[in-house]
Amino acid sequence: MSFDVPEDRRYLETHEWAHREDGSVRVGISDFAQDELGDVVFVELPAVGEELRADEEFGVVESIKAVSDLYAPISGAVTATNDALLDAPELLNTDPYGEGWMVELEPADDAESEELLSAAEYREQIE
Amino acid sequence: MTARKPPLYDAHTDREAKLTEFGGWEMPVQFDSINTEHERVRESVGKFDVSHMGQIEVTGPDAVALTDRLVTNEVGAIEPGRAGYGAITDSDGTMLDDTITYRLDDERVLFIPNVGHDEEMAERWRTYRQEWDVDAAIENTTTDWAMFAIQGPDAEDLAATVTDTGDGEGTAVRNLGRFSVTAAAVAGVDCLLARTGYTGEDGFELLCPTADAESIWEEFDCQPCGLGARDTLRIEAGLLLSGQDFDPETDPRDPYTAGIGFAVSLDSDFLGRDALEAIAEIGPEERLTGFSLLDRGVPRHGYPIVDGEGSEIGTVTSGTMSPSLERPIGLGYLPADYAENAASETDGETAVVIRGEAKRVRVETPPFIDT
Repeated sequence: MSFDVPEDRRYLETHEWAHREDGSVRVGISDFAQDELGDVVFVELPAVGEELRADEEFGVVESIKAVSDLYAPISGAVTATNDALLDAPELLNTDPYGEGWMVELEPADDAESEELLSAAEYREQIE
Repeated sequence: MTARKPPLYDAHTDREAKLTEFGGWEMPVQFDSINTEHERVRESVGKFDVSHMGQIEVTGPDAVALTDRLVTNEVGAIEPGRAGYGAITDSDGTMLDDTITYRLDDERVLFIPNVGHDEEMAERWRTYRQEWDVDAAIENTTTDWAMFAIQGPDAEDLAATVTDTGDGEGTAVRNLGRFSVTAAAVAGVDCLLARTGYTGEDGFELLCPTADAESIWEEFDCQPCGLGARDTLRIEAGLLLSGQDFDPETDPRDPYTAGIGFAVSLDSDFLGRDALEAIAEIGPEERLTGFSLLDRGVPRHGYPIVDGEGSEIGTVTSGTMSPSLERPIGLGYLPADYAENAASETDGETAVVIRGEAKRVRVETPPFIDT
C-alpha cells in the first residue's frame, strides 16, 4: 500500500505534518497516520491562544479502535483551530492534508521547522 | 509466545487486512473500514473469520451430563440439533467464560469457549470427568476447524445459495431456527451450520475443516469484516465480551451481576449453582448497565464512572462510538439500586471520566438497538 506524502510540507516522526501558510503554520496528521487509525470518530484540539511547545502533546485523536496523542511539530501560539472536525472528524480520513487540518500556529522560532523530516525522509520512515 | 494464526492468515494478509493480536491469535481487525463493515452487517450481510474461538467436543454416554454440570444453562434440556447459551462458573459463582453449547446428538456436544480459553476448558472438563468418574471423551478440536460467522439481514439468502441442502433451494437453511444447528455441505465439504451469532442480527456460524477453509470463505461472496466491527456490533447488541466485561482474574463477576441471569437454570445441578441461588435471592449488588454519552468523547474500557457528586461508583467495561446510532455508547457496572434509579430519570447526573474530565451520560438498559 502506498501513502500520499506531499512534498510541500515537513513531518514529525509521530506522523504530524507542518505546512507553511502566509505567516502561520498549519498542522495535521499524515495519510499514513489516518490509515493506521482507521475511522476517526473524535478529535480534541487546544483553544485558540494556547502556547504549544515542539514535541509536546497538544490534542487527541480517537478512532473506533484507538486513542492517539497529537504532538506539536513546532512551538507557537494557536491562532486557529479547525472546528469542522468537531462535527465531521471523518475529514481526517478523507482529506488529511486539506480539509482535515487541525490547528494553525504562529511559529515561535522559524529555525524549528528545519529540524523536521522532509517528505523523502518521512516516506523512508513509513515504508 | 508465538501468536496462533487462523487457517486464512495468508488470505487475509493478501487481502491487505489490518491484523491485531487478540487472546494469543493474530486476527484481522479491519478489512476496509470498521464503519463500512459494521454498516454492511446491519443493512445486508458480512462475513467474519472467528477461527480464534475454541471448539471442545465432548462425546460418550455422560457427555451431556458432564457438560450440564459445568455450565449454567440446562444442557440436558437442549434437544439434539439445538444450542444454548450459558456461563461456565466456578463453585463460588464467578464466571470463568461464557459459551454456546451445541447438542449434536444424544452422546455428543460441542461447546465454544472464547479465544485463548480452549485448552483451559478442555482441562477443566477432564478434571471433573475424573473427579466425578463419568464416561466422556474430551477433545480440543480448535485447530481442526475454521469458524466463520455470516451475519446480517441477507445472511439467510446467501447461506441458502451456497449450502447444498439437497433440494437446490436451501430449504433446510431457511428453515433452520434460531439456536439450531445442522450438518450441511458447503462447496461439497461437510460443515456444521448453526443459526447463532454475536452481532444482534440474524445470521449463521459455520464450522468447516481447516483444510477447506479458504475455498469455503471465498464461497460466501460478501463484505469481509474484522474484529473491530465485531466489537462495535456486539456492544450495540449489549452482548458480553469475556475477558473485557468480566474476567475471573481482574474483574470477577457472576452471571446475575453481568446481566445474563436468563442463562442460569437453578433447576440444573451445576458447579456454582448454590452460590448463584444465594445471589438470586437477595439480588446482585451491582449490575452491568448501558449508557450513552451526552457530551463529546468516546468511553473506553477502564474509565471511571462517577455520580453527580463526582464520587466513583463504577467502571466502563466496553465502549465505542456507535456506528449505527452515531453516538458514544458503553457498558459498565453500577450499584444495582443506583442503575435502576438513574435509568428512570431523564437528566444525566452520571458521568464517565475521560482524561480527567467528567462527561455526562444517560444510563440505559442494553441492547442499544433492536435485535
